[in-house]
Amino acid sequence: MLKDMMPHFELFQPASLDDALDLADRLGDGGWPLAGGLDSLNSFKDRSKRIEAAIDLAGIAELQGIRETDDGIEIGAMATLTEIERHPLIQERYGVLADAVRQVATPQIRNAGTLGGNVCQDTRCWYYRYGLACYRAGGNVCYADTPGAMNREHCIFGADRCVAVTPSDPAPALVALDAEMVIRNARGERVVKAEDFFMEPSIDITQMTVLEPGEILTAIRIPATWAGATFYFEKVADRNTWDFALVSVAAAMTLSGNTIDDIRIVCGAVQCIPRRLTDVERAVRGSPKNEQTAERAGALAVRGAKTLNYNHFKIPLMENLVKRAIRDA
Amino acid sequence: MADLLGKNFVPPDVIGKVTGRAKYAEDFRADGMLFCRLLLSPMPHGRVRSIDSSEALRIPGVVAVLTADEVPSIPAPGNPILTNEPCYVGEPILAVAAISETIAQDAIARIKVDLEPLPFTVDPLESLRPGGPNARIGGNTVIRREGLQEVKWTAEDFAAAEDGALPMGKPTTEWSYGDLESGFADATLVLDETFVTAGHSHHSMEPRSAMAYWQNGKCYLHGSCQSQSSAVPGVARYVGIEPENLVFVAENCGGGFGSKGGGYPIMSIPAHMAKKTGRPVMMRISRAEEYFLGSARPGFQGRIKIGFRADGRITAVDLYIVQENGPYSGFSDFTSAAGAVSIVYTPLAMRFRGIRVLTNTPPRGAQRGPGQNQIAAAVEPLIDKAARQLDLDRVAIRRINAPDNDSRYGGNQGPITSAYLRDALDLGAKRFDWESRKAQSGRRRGSKVMGVGVGQAFHSAGSSGFDGLVRLAPDGKLYIHTGVGNLGTYSYGSTSRVAAEVLKCRWENCVIVRGDSSRHLPWNLGQFGSNTSFTMTRTNYAAAMDAVRKLKEIAARDLGGSPDDYDIANERVFARSNPSRYLTYAAAARRAIQLGGRFSGRELPDDINGMTRASATALAGTGLIGVAKDNLERTGTVPALAAGFVQIELDLETGKFEILDYLGVADCGTVLHPQSLANQVKGGAVMGFGMATLERHIYDPHYGLPEVIGLHQAKPPSYMDTPLNMQWDAVNKADPQNPVGAKGIGEPLLGCAAAALLCAISDALGGHYFNRTPVVTDMIINAASAKTQSHKPLQVNTA
Repeated sequence: MLKDMMPHFELFQPASLDDALDLADRLGDGGWPLAGGLDSLNSFKDRSKRIEAAIDLAGIAELQGIRETDDGIEIGAMATLTEIERHPLIQERYGVLADAVRQVATPQIRNAGTLGGNVCQDTRCWYYRYGLACYRAGGNVCYADTPGAMNREHCIFGADRCVAVTPSDPAPALVALDAEMVIRNARGERVVKAEDFFMEPSIDITQMTVLEPGEILTAIRIPATWAGATFYFEKVADRNTWDFALVSVAAAMTLSGNTIDDIRIVCGAVQCIPRRLTDVERAVRGSPKNEQTAERAGALAVRGAKTLNYNHFKIPLMENLVKRAIRDA
Repeated sequence: MADLLGKNFVPPDVIGKVTGRAKYAEDFRADGMLFCRLLLSPMPHGRVRSIDSSEALRIPGVVAVLTADEVPSIPAPGNPILTNEPCYVGEPILAVAAISETIAQDAIARIKVDLEPLPFTVDPLESLRPGGPNARIGGNTVIRREGLQEVKWTAEDFAAAEDGALPMGKPTTEWSYGDLESGFADATLVLDETFVTAGHSHHSMEPRSAMAYWQNGKCYLHGSCQSQSSAVPGVARYVGIEPENLVFVAENCGGGFGSKGGGYPIMSIPAHMAKKTGRPVMMRISRAEEYFLGSARPGFQGRIKIGFRADGRITAVDLYIVQENGPYSGFSDFTSAAGAVSIVYTPLAMRFRGIRVLTNTPPRGAQRGPGQNQIAAAVEPLIDKAARQLDLDRVAIRRINAPDNDSRYGGNQGPITSAYLRDALDLGAKRFDWESRKAQSGRRRGSKVMGVGVGQAFHSAGSSGFDGLVRLAPDGKLYIHTGVGNLGTYSYGSTSRVAAEVLKCRWENCVIVRGDSSRHLPWNLGQFGSNTSFTMTRTNYAAAMDAVRKLKEIAARDLGGSPDDYDIANERVFARSNPSRYLTYAAAARRAIQLGGRFSGRELPDDINGMTRASATALAGTGLIGVAKDNLERTGTVPALAAGFVQIELDLETGKFEILDYLGVADCGTVLHPQSLANQVKGGAVMGFGMATLERHIYDPHYGLPEVIGLHQAKPPSYMDTPLNMQWDAVNKADPQNPVGAKGIGEPLLGCAAAALLCAISDALGGHYFNRTPVVTDMIINAASAKTQSHKPLQVNTA
C-alpha cells in the first residue's frame, strides 16, 4: 500500500546526452531517467518503485525544443506539453497533437510534464498502483480481473493476464500521425514507429514501452505525411481537467471533396497500447465522409470488444467517439 | 440597528490566508522536534498477534515506537487512537518517531506486525445476512444508548424483497406519526423506490496534521479543527489530561466539512509520543492517509414509499434506511435524513425505520448536511418522477408540500422557529425564469439535449444555551472573545459583529480574540451543523447586552440618575436628557476596574460554563466584562432551507454535460454577511455537483481495498466542471427566535444543488431516474444508449 514518503536515492544531473547515456548504461536496472517527474516521483513517494539513482534529464540541451526538419518536425523528448500545445507549427500542421496535449491533466502539470515522460508513463490501473504483486508487478495474479473487481477504467481489447490501459492522451495522436520514436543508448540509436513503441502485455507484461534499461527516449519525429490533414481528437473523462481518459480518439484523414482518401484512427484507454483501428481505416477509405460511414465505422471499431465487470459503457462510448471522429472532423 | 449587519467586511484572518502568512498545524516547529509516521493496516480487518520493533529501533535516528497498548483505549464503538484490531485498510496500528520522516518511514518497513486476518465486508446488506461477516469483533451495528450490538436479518427477510428492492428486516430505530395506512389509501399515486447514495470523503485541503509538546505538565497541541472551545474536553480526554491542562491551538483550519467538527482521536498521537520521548512531535498526515483517517459521509441503501394526491400533496411517506457506518460510531445521518423528509415535504403521515451497519471502510462522520443531503439527492428526483406521472409542474409539486412557520419536525412533530422554503421556491422560480427555461427542456442540438432541474434541502441550523464573553478595555477597544472556531466560512467574524452592533462600536475599534484556548475564550458550541450564525449571534448578543447594562449602571453611579436614564452611542454612555453628560467606553472600562465585582468580572453569573468562568476570571480586573449565558427563548428546531435551480446541456453520445446556469436561494433568516453567504451558496453548489455526479468512493469487495486515495481519483469538481457564473439570492426574512433574525445555512446549499443537478440530468434523459448517487459518466452513457448499468441496484462503493 501507499507510503507517501519518498526514500533516499542518488540524483545525477548530467549536462549532456552522452553523459546521461553513460550513466544509464552504468546504472542499468537501478537507474531511472527522470523527465518532468510527475509520474516517477509519485511512484517513488509511494515506494512502489525503488531505484538506486535518478538521472535527471532536465539539464540536457539536446533533449529540449521543437525543430522543423526536412520531413516534418522533431520534438525533443524533454519539450514540455505546454510548449507543444502552444507551438505555432504544431497547431497549424499537426493540430491533432496540440489538441491531445491540451487535454493532459492541468496547466500546471503540462508546464512541468514532457512529451517523452508522458508517453513513457506507467499504467494507472489502481490495483497495480496500489503496490499489489500483480502480473505486471512480477506476481502471478491480476486483481483487476476477478469476479468482483472494480475495473471501470480497464481494457476492452487485448487483455492478456493484464487488463490495464494506456493512460497517455498524446499517444493516440502520435500513432495517428505515424510518429517515430528516437531511442538511444550508449552504443547507438534506434528508431521505432510510435505504433510499435508501446508494449502489449502478451509480449512483455512488465513494460509499457519497448525501452530497455540503459535506453533513453530522446526525440519524437513527426513526418510531414499528415501535415495539414483533417484531424479529430476527443477525450472523454469524468472531469474536464486532471483526469484520465475513459476513452479517447485521434484521427487524421485526407479528403478529396467529401471522400475519405486516407485515414489513420486510433483510440486511447481501450487497450494497453493505443489501439489503431486498421479495420475501420480500410472500411472507410474511399467512402464519403457522412453519417452513414461514421455509423459503420463506429460499429466496426468495437467489434471483438470484451468487457469486464464495470466497463461495458466503453463500447457505446468508443463507438460514438469513432463515429464523431468521422462525422465531425 | 444594522450599521454592521447585512454588510460586507474583510474578516481579519483573510489577509494571512491570501499572503500565506497564516500558520496551520503543520507550519509550527519547536526545538528538538521529532516527526512521527504511522504504520497502517494493510488489511480490512485483523487482529494483532505480535509486534516486533527491535530491528526498527536499531536504525540510527529512530527514537520511539508507540503502540495501542500505550494510549488510552476508547470504549467501543468509539474510534480508537491506535488499535490492535484494525477494522479498515489504512487504520493506524502504531506510530514511529524519528529525527526525520524518511527515517520513520524506513523504520516502519522494518517492523514486523503479525496480523491475523478476520472476516470483513464493505456492504451492509452482506453483514445483515444470516451468518454474514461482522466488521468488528463483537457486533455489526451501533444502537443509541446500547452501543455495539449484533443484528442479523432472516433469510425470509431477504427473500421477501423483490429483485433489486431493499429487504427490510428488523430495524434498530423507528418512529412514526399520523395514519400511514389511510395516507397511502388516499393517494392517487404511490411510488415505492429503492435507492443507494454513496458516502464520499471530505477532501479537506489541509490533512489532519498535528504537533504537540509538553511544558510543566501542560500539553500544547496544534491541531487542525473546525472548532475551538467545544473540542477541548474531547482532545484532553484523548490525551488523558484535564481540559485545563491542555493548550489547544486551532487558529486556522484548511477545511473540515464536518470531518474536523470536534477533537478526534489521532490528533492525540503526537501528544502521547511527545510524552514518551520528552520531545516535541510533529505528525504530518499525507493526502493518501487523509483518505483513510479523514472519515467519509455514511452511505445509504434505502427504500421510500411515497403517496401523492392528484394535486401533488404528499399524504404518506414510509422510509427505510440501511446506513453504511464504517467500523466505529459513525454519525446519525439516517435519522437526520428522515427528519429532513418530514420538514421538506411535510407528509401528512410518515414512518421511518433504519439501522446502521458497520463496514470495513473508513470511519464515517458528519459531512456537510449529514443525512439531509443524501436524502435530498435520493428523493428529489422521485418528486420529479411523481410530477411527471401526475402531470404537475415541478416547482408547483414542491410548493404544495413546502413547510411554513407552523410546520412540525421529525418523529415527535416538534415545533420549528421559521420556514420560508415556499418563498425561496417562488423567488428562485422568478429569478431563474423557470417557466421559459422549462420550455427548453428536451430541446436537441445535435447530440446534445437540454435539461432543467429544481432541488431543495434542509438542515437543522441553530442551537442555544452557550456563553458570550466581551471586554471593554481601558484602551477603548471592544475585545470579542469567541470560542466557536474557524472552519473557513468567516462566520466567527460575522457573528462577532453582533456584539459590536449592540454596543454601537466602530468595527475598526473591535478585536476578535480566538484561535488558542490560552486566550481566555468562552464555552461555545463548535463550528459545525450550520449552527454558528444562529447560536453565536445569540451568545454575542447576550454578552454585549450585559455590557450595555453595566455601562448604564456605571454611568448612573458616576453621573447620577438611574441606568434607564442612559443610552449608548459613539462608544459613549450618555444621559438621554443631556448627551453632554457621558462616559467614554475607555473611561467606563477604567471605572469598571475600580468598581470590581461583576463590573470587572470579579463576580460572575452562576449559570455560565466552567470554561467561560475560568476565562472571565483570567480577564477579571482588566476592563468592563460582559459575560452571559444565552438564555434567550428557543422553542423549536431552527430550519435552514434552500432551493437550487440548474440548467444543463447533456451530450447523449459521451455522457458529458455542461452546467449552463445555476441559482441557489437561501432561507437563512436575516442575511448577516452577503459576501460570505454568496460564497456558501456557490461553494455548496460546487460540492453538491461533486456529490451528485463526479466524486468517487470505491472499494474492491473481495479484498476490501480502497481505489480512491488521491484527489485525482476522488474527483471533486474542478473549476472546469462548474459554471463560471453562479447566481445566488436569499429570502431574507427574520427568524423570530434570533435577536438579529439570523439562521445558519451552509449545509442545505450543497443538497439543493446536488438534487437540482440530478433532476436536470434525469430531465435531459426524458425521465430516466437512476435512484443512485453519484450519477457518473458511465451511468449516463449506459442510460443514453439503453444499456443496463454495471452495478446491481443495491450495490455500494461502486462509484
